[in-house]
Amino acid sequence: MSGISQEDVAHLANLARINIPADQLGHYAKQLDAILNAVAEVSSLDTENVVAMSHPVPMTNVFREDIPGVSLTAEQALSGAPAVEDERFKVPRILDEE
Amino acid sequence: MAEATMNYDEAISKFDPVLGLEVHVELGTNTKMFCGCSTVFGAPPNTHVCPVCLGLPGALPTLNKIGVESAIRIGLALNCEIAEWCRFARKNYFYPDMPKNFQTSQYDEPIAFEGYLDVEIDTDEGRRTFRVPIERAHMEEDTGKNSHVGGATGRIHGADYSLVDYNRAGIPLIEIVTKPITGTGKYAPEVAKAYVAALRDILRGLGVSDVKMEQGSLRCDVNLSLRETPESKLGTRSETKNVNSLRSVERAVRYEVTRHAARLTAGDTVVQETRHWHEDTGISTSGRAKSDAEDYRYFPEPDLLPIAPSREWVEELRASLPENPAVRRARLVADWGLSEIDMNTVVNSGALDLIVEAVDAGVDPAAARKWWTGELSRIANDRGIELEELPVTPAHLKRLEELISAGSLNDKLARQALEGVIAGEGDIDAIVKARGLAVVSDDGPLLAAIDEALAADPAVAETIKSGKLAAAGSVVGAVMKATRGQADAARVRELLFEKLGVSE
Amino acid sequence: MSDLIRKDASELAGLVSSGEVSAVEVAQAHLDRIAAVDGDVHAFLHVDTAGALASAAAVDVKVKAGDKLSVLAGVPLGLKDILATNGLPTTCGSRVLDGWIPPYDATVVTKLREAGVVILGKTNMDEFAMGSSTEHSAFGPTHNPWDLERIPGGSGGGSSACVSSFEAPLAIGTDTGGSIRQPAAVTGSVGVKPTYGGVSRYGIVALASSLDQAGPCARNVLDTALLHSVIAGHDPMDATSINAPVPDVIAAAKRADIKGMKVGIVKELGGEGYQAGVRSRFEESVALIESLGAEVVEVSCPSFPAALAAYYLILPSEASSNLAKFDGIRFGNRVGDDGTKSVEQVMSETRAAGFGSEVIRRIILGTYALSAGYYDAYYGQAQKVRTLIKQDFDAAFAKVDVLISPTAPTTAFKIGEKLDDPLAMYLNDVATIPVNMAGLPGMSLPIGLAPEDNLPVGLQIIAPAMADDRLYNVGAAIERELLAKWGGPILGMAPELAGA
Ligand SMILES: [Zn+2]
Repeated sequence: MSGISQEDVAHLANLARINIPADQLGHYAKQLDAILNAVAEVSSLDTENVVAMSHPVPMTNVFREDIPGVSLTAEQALSGAPAVEDERFKVPRILDEE
Repeated sequence: MAEATMNYDEAISKFDPVLGLEVHVELGTNTKMFCGCSTVFGAPPNTHVCPVCLGLPGALPTLNKIGVESAIRIGLALNCEIAEWCRFARKNYFYPDMPKNFQTSQYDEPIAFEGYLDVEIDTDEGRRTFRVPIERAHMEEDTGKNSHVGGATGRIHGADYSLVDYNRAGIPLIEIVTKPITGTGKYAPEVAKAYVAALRDILRGLGVSDVKMEQGSLRCDVNLSLRETPESKLGTRSETKNVNSLRSVERAVRYEVTRHAARLTAGDTVVQETRHWHEDTGISTSGRAKSDAEDYRYFPEPDLLPIAPSREWVEELRASLPENPAVRRARLVADWGLSEIDMNTVVNSGALDLIVEAVDAGVDPAAARKWWTGELSRIANDRGIELEELPVTPAHLKRLEELISAGSLNDKLARQALEGVIAGEGDIDAIVKARGLAVVSDDGPLLAAIDEALAADPAVAETIKSGKLAAAGSVVGAVMKATRGQADAARVRELLFEKLGVSE
Repeated sequence: MSDLIRKDASELAGLVSSGEVSAVEVAQAHLDRIAAVDGDVHAFLHVDTAGALASAAAVDVKVKAGDKLSVLAGVPLGLKDILATNGLPTTCGSRVLDGWIPPYDATVVTKLREAGVVILGKTNMDEFAMGSSTEHSAFGPTHNPWDLERIPGGSGGGSSACVSSFEAPLAIGTDTGGSIRQPAAVTGSVGVKPTYGGVSRYGIVALASSLDQAGPCARNVLDTALLHSVIAGHDPMDATSINAPVPDVIAAAKRADIKGMKVGIVKELGGEGYQAGVRSRFEESVALIESLGAEVVEVSCPSFPAALAAYYLILPSEASSNLAKFDGIRFGNRVGDDGTKSVEQVMSETRAAGFGSEVIRRIILGTYALSAGYYDAYYGQAQKVRTLIKQDFDAAFAKVDVLISPTAPTTAFKIGEKLDDPLAMYLNDVATIPVNMAGLPGMSLPIGLAPEDNLPVGLQIIAPAMADDRLYNVGAAIERELLAKWGGPILGMAPELAGA
């Protein structure tokens, strides 16, 4: 089921926005391969007609009333930011258009 | 850079267009979808934010009930089925305007699905209805707003850096996605526009959004592909974003048809990509290629529990839906005996609901229409306000009409009474009394005024007597002036002719 | 060193509320202990001396005014550094959050503050709670007070170590796959993972949202129950929070009567792969339980062998998404922003520099498991296994009142021993993971020392959802007998720390 290559790791790291140096890709590939082999055990059980479980509590329809609560001040909101300008979060230039 | 295009008629003669429309509507809830922050437009940057919508570590979403209710109502108004059970999902991708680097959205379990919307357009063969099939309407959240600093244009390309305001992040969005719309032929641009307009009317009628395209509370993406014949398989589509006016919807479809056709005819392929519409130049430019297999890694949102709307709740919401705007319009045209053109005037003036209210209160439809699209529209326009903002109620119009038909007010006096209402002088009767507004019905003062007018212009009596009855107008005008408009003009005319021994 | 530090939380609360000892004295005694031994133990990442003394003084004012106090007013506590604390650093053991000060409190923290519990500081943990040894903290490992060469368990090793080294009588941990129970087991302390939804997750930095649960750590069952009662309850800020009364855990801890109960041994959680001393102490506990009038039967949970595999797909998947927000834009550190790089590059460099290798490994694994084309085989399949695990538990609880097993397969291992072998590390949680997968409550209780290494062994007790009180009843009954047998708390057998 597995067989993870360095290219796979590079692709996944790009999706996850983690800059993994090229010389470490092999190391991660090897470890991930071993882990994926181990977790392949999930396929050992017969799960035909078994419903996937996304939430451990059997509740539905948990809603909040549409009543305004307390927001942060701009000062609080920006307090932890690495860079700020003009009451906004300052970020390096964006390459990709959304 | 502008690409080659082909003349529209030629393009349509060669290809069959297939449309797809994705509309995002920002709901007019008090609070955001997943937190209690206000949704009011135009606040100072980063003041409508909290740990939840700022995506701070540890914060958790809670679901706005009115957001869900609005989604169900929209689904019902679009003839959709409502899911018996559905979940939110996380759509994972990195972008600086998205605080959590995932969007809480719905993936394969939309709350509403399989609906349609009928739209009418004018065709060469008269008015025709097209049925637009709706695939789904689902709930999600809006992103923050980037502004780009530096560079020449303030656009993203060439900017030195960007600044992010998260006030808009987390505002409830409903995304409404059509299935491929086929069979429009050359009317694709008109159908697209009519669909968005009809959708806007429905959303406004539901009261779920202010649907202001210019403020971004209604946004449209246009998908378009061409195929050689209606029997051919679907061609490669482009997705044009940022199409933010009704006019642009029509233009963008038309432009993409001409652009695709030019490429295909030249033997080029159409690239599956996101494009950006430019209102100013009327063209679209290439954005990001979709080919690098967007992998959003959707999975069910563990922090929000499933939604299982009871059928009772759904039926309750269905029962509370307003009449479909198109159906209602057709009914009113018939009830009021209007032409389509008259109805267009009414709708465009924004007076429809006000007229309906007045009619419901017992005002004659023609009179209600006359006041709201005439005098009152003029006043609102002069003052730069909306019709709804005028303090004129159905009760005012009703009383006004009663006084007119009793002959105690004429048109001019009635307008003065309305001015009084708008000036806050009280109800109609009080204003009539206070301003002394009453048609002078006693002939004595009128005859005196006529004598005075004739004395002031001795020649006019002879002119009238000679058969030039139109000259009576100046006398009547003088009498009206002398009585400060309170005379009944018809009676003045009668008395004048009697006096001069002329018959009409 | 003051003898206040060896007192139980319940005892300290009594002394403070009666005015015999001031809360400030109690706080100072523990701050002194931290100053003396934490250089060796390294349970704390941040000690809030001023804040602790101020909140203790506020309790003393209430005592003088004769105000009504909570059951734990004036009692000091160590808080795992994964709970957001307004005005106090919160790092999650990660460099990416070094220096971040949240502008808000987690709901658990709010409840603690309202109850007059004195927060001494933030305790060490594996980075973002990924680990079973606290060696994956970016700020260095925590040491087990029983043997400073050994791990204190993880991810909440700081919480278990601060309790077992008498730096605090109480601590808060979080448990995603065993991070409260396994540390409790290897340090000879008590830890409870409440029913999922029993304690608010609001303000707790998420690892795996569908598995995470905060819970109490202490040195005995009653203290654990008192802390449980303070932090539990419905929270409208957490949509997964259960809107029902909190089970009466304090009464259950005082009842300590298991006569007539049915106790199930989970066949799949024990035997091969479990250290001999762990097995022998477990077998003794079974005999003890029977001697107290409970009936013990073996039950089988056939899906449990796949639980570890399913867990290591669900956790990394959810974590890969939860940790996406750490990008150096809105909070935390930013790396590589020299004015020339794009935001995409800066995010990637920030995350590469800010995350340790275990975190990166799991994010990549989760990204893979959620990818189009692999979702069904990995994440989807793991969620189906999760359903089977839940069904196994349902079937078991149709027959018995509680289930038991060893908490961890081994006693505390040496620091560095498993650091390069992720799979060996993951096995530490093999017995605790099924409980999280089903959202159930579980306790770890010390049941003695393994003869071969004289290190603590833990017993895991598992109850049905929202029957957390059963854990305390059973745990307290066993604890009472063991204390009598040992002649005092197990931690009395731990070596004295050099700094003291
Ligand atoms: Zn908010």
